[in-house]
Amino acid sequence: MTISAQPQAALAPQAFKSDYKPVWCPGCGDYSVLSSLTKAFALLELQPERIAVVSGIGCSSRIPAYTTCYGFHGVHGRALAAATGLKLARPELTVIAAGGDGDGYSIGGNHFLHACRRNVDMTYVVMDNHVYGMTKGQPSPTTEPDWDSKLSPGGTGMRAFNPLVIALAAGANFIARAFAGDPNTTAALIAEAISAPGFSFVEVLSPCVTFRPEQRDWKQMVRAAPVQWTDDAARAARRLMTDDGMNIGVLYKGSRAAYRTHVAKTSKRPADLEEEFRI
Amino acid sequence: MPHGTSERRTSVSVAIAGSGGAGVMTAGNMLLEAAAQAGYYALMTRSSGPQIRGGEAAAMIRIATHPIDGTDDRYDLLIALDWMNINRFAAEIPLGAASVLVGDPDQGEPPDVFVKSGARYTPVAFKAAAKKIPNGWPNMIAFGLAGALVGLAEETLASVVRKSMKKGGDALAGSLAAMRAGVEAAAAIAGVPRIGAAPPQTARWLVTGNQAAGYGAIRGGVRFVAAYPITPATELLEWMAPALAKVGGALVQAEDELASINMILGASFGGVPALTATSGPGLSLMIESIGLGITAEVPIVVVDVMRVGPSTGIATKSEQSDVNIALYGMHGDAPHVVVAPNSVADCLLTTQWAVHLAETLQVPAIVLADQFFGQARAVVERPADVAFAGDRKTAPAGAESYKRYAVTASGVSPMAIPGTPGVTYTADGLEHNERGTPSSQAADHVAQLEKRARKLASIDYGTHWADVEGEGDLAVITFGSCTGPVREAFARAAADGVHARLVSLRLLAPAQPTRLAAALEGVRRVLVVEQNHTGQLYRYLRSEYELPGTVTSFHRPGPLPMRPDEIHRQLIEWSRA
Ligand SMILES: Cc1ncc(C[n+]2csc(CCOP(=O)(O)OP(=O)(O)O)c2C)c(N)n1
Ligand code: SF4
Ligand SMILES: [Mg+2]
Repeated sequence: MTISAQPQAALAPQAFKSDYKPVWCPGCGDYSVLSSLTKAFALLELQPERIAVVSGIGCSSRIPAYTTCYGFHGVHGRALAAATGLKLARPELTVIAAGGDGDGYSIGGNHFLHACRRNVDMTYVVMDNHVYGMTKGQPSPTTEPDWDSKLSPGGTGMRAFNPLVIALAAGANFIARAFAGDPNTTAALIAEAISAPGFSFVEVLSPCVTFRPEQRDWKQMVRAAPVQWTDDAARAARRLMTDDGMNIGVLYKGSRAAYRTHVAKTSKRPADLEEEFRI
Repeated sequence: MPHGTSERRTSVSVAIAGSGGAGVMTAGNMLLEAAAQAGYYALMTRSSGPQIRGGEAAAMIRIATHPIDGTDDRYDLLIALDWMNINRFAAEIPLGAASVLVGDPDQGEPPDVFVKSGARYTPVAFKAAAKKIPNGWPNMIAFGLAGALVGLAEETLASVVRKSMKKGGDALAGSLAAMRAGVEAAAAIAGVPRIGAAPPQTARWLVTGNQAAGYGAIRGGVRFVAAYPITPATELLEWMAPALAKVGGALVQAEDELASINMILGASFGGVPALTATSGPGLSLMIESIGLGITAEVPIVVVDVMRVGPSTGIATKSEQSDVNIALYGMHGDAPHVVVAPNSVADCLLTTQWAVHLAETLQVPAIVLADQFFGQARAVVERPADVAFAGDRKTAPAGAESYKRYAVTASGVSPMAIPGTPGVTYTADGLEHNERGTPSSQAADHVAQLEKRARKLASIDYGTHWADVEGEGDLAVITFGSCTGPVREAFARAAADGVHARLVSLRLLAPAQPTRLAAALEGVRRVLVVEQNHTGQLYRYLRSEYELPGTVTSFHRPGPLPMRPDEIHRQLIEWSRA
């Protein structure tokens, strides 16, 4: 199916917000991410029916239904796979995959690697709170190794995952870090990510005020990245490996062509395919 | 008996075996093509040792004057180019006292397992003979020998050689000479039955079950496939990749089955009919997401080309042991469609039907195909065209107060396709109300469960739910690759005066108790035939159906294919019990 591209009036961010009341705790960073996302859609003058927001499971993964776009709230960890199938089947849609650090880096970690490699033209927004919020406070791949919890007393002892470095190594074409507490910058970063070709990855530091109340301090810790983004992967790797995880902005932009499915030189009607079977 | 006067039969079975690189598959495929050209029906299955490449291999070809969907009890002829590990095929290539065994004397004596069968052994020095022919190969001698012994004309064999070596030149000349040397060697070998006169010409295909399934999917409207390679489903995908591109679709190789199933859910959510193909291990990984397709009402087709399980099992061999997972794998109450093709050609119709059912009912459909069909290459009657196509009910732009999961009489509610303004919604695996808003209310859960269950009863499954044949107060219920051997057993039992009805189920879920009751009207005893260790179909039938009279289960696991003889013996014993 294709969409007729009639020019339509630009919409306000509010037009992208549904009337469902989010299940999130008061003060949760995800509210701001929702605002930033809808602002980005408005900035880009998109229409809600031409956007699909695809997610897995988690507090953050509830975001699709809070927009007026088409939404797909699937199973835990598989947002990128569903988004990939949708975008490849319907290339004219704007496809956003969204979710949490557990969803994207743990149960869905393999899809994260391969989505970066595959470089399908879509945008992945991760609301990283270094915790499993929905299941009430277990460590995620981005949690510090000594963070104490009921399930992993004394900490996991595992080194925290650096999603940006991994995205870069795996081949993501656009990498940015945002902070939920600064919705205007986040909106601009998401808009830029959507506009960038290929797979764009926006890691948003989004505090979980309930299980990681200390993340309220992020507001004082974040800063605009001190240097402009680079298109040099080696330089980007060095920066991402050595920064303290608090630099906000676009950090890397590559120039890989977006993934395309194979197109045959000759086109046929389905009935013509049986020629090869005939005796 | 010199071969010119040997007996003519309606079916002849030949196996050609040898170690890796000996070219037995090439010879087998050429014999299959020669049989096809000469106007016969034929079916070839393959077997190979555990080595990834270069292990022992066997091509098993059955040529018949009538359509065939399975192997025979015994092989009339086994040609071994060498004996390296060929004894491993003894169970798969059963020989009898009437069989003929041909081997290369320079490669040693035939193994005991074959000698014990009483088969008549004739040495043919394939290697030495091939050495004397410039560009001649032992497998081409074997091809000529096998073709001549079963009674195919030399000119037919030559035309297949020419077709397969289009480049011509010395290579072609060598292959033709080797093929002729094989034809000459046949004159000295007695006792191989020749195939009877070819049946009248009809429109036929030479096709594998996997190709037929792939083509059926495309005819049904599938334009997006995502998959992860797995034996024995890979060939289905490898056939579909270029075919889809030609008809404007696409196939994506996913990073695993968790991805492939979710990719097709995403594509189908986007309005494009979508399919994946896998085998037991992959189906196991997909189960959670098939449940998502059920709850979010996203149509998808999952082809499971069943192999021997559990776990990695035996990857290259057939077993019908995924009945349970296909029917019951999902957590929660999860109504969905399960269909099973019952011949190589039927892989087309059944897969096409699966697309139609999935799209019309907005539900996942699992196609339980057998490895036996998937990887068998056969001469089949060209399947009749059926009109099944995806028929998804969609929501028009701006539909008034649109409710994606509206509770309708049929249970099917119009699905809005991304891009359509005014009807946006979120597809959700969380239980939801009619609008799609997540809901933990008991009333919403019950209403949506009932809606999803009701859908499956809203369509007329017509005559396709099963193939029903025959008369009498005995009945056999079976499915999939057991159907061919059961039919052959029936023909033999008829000669003994035993007649029975056959019900080969194509629609496993939803169960069709009224239809089956009608098909079994007046039946006194039922035999359920299937290829697994626990009688999975039998147990399912006992739980979902009222079966008349005494019900007996005949089941045994793979990897060996069901043979007509074992079913025939079972039938006779059971009919007299
Ligand atoms: C297969 C499966 N395993 C476990 C769960 C339970 N579960 C739901 S959300 C979640 C973690 C979510 O963490 P994250 O993605 O970081 O999201 P957040 O809630 O922090 O936004 C888990 C483990 C599930 N829904 N499905
Ligand atoms: S638990 Fe944490 S992540 Fe979840 S809604 Fe509450 S604050 Fe947000
Ligand atoms: Mg989290």
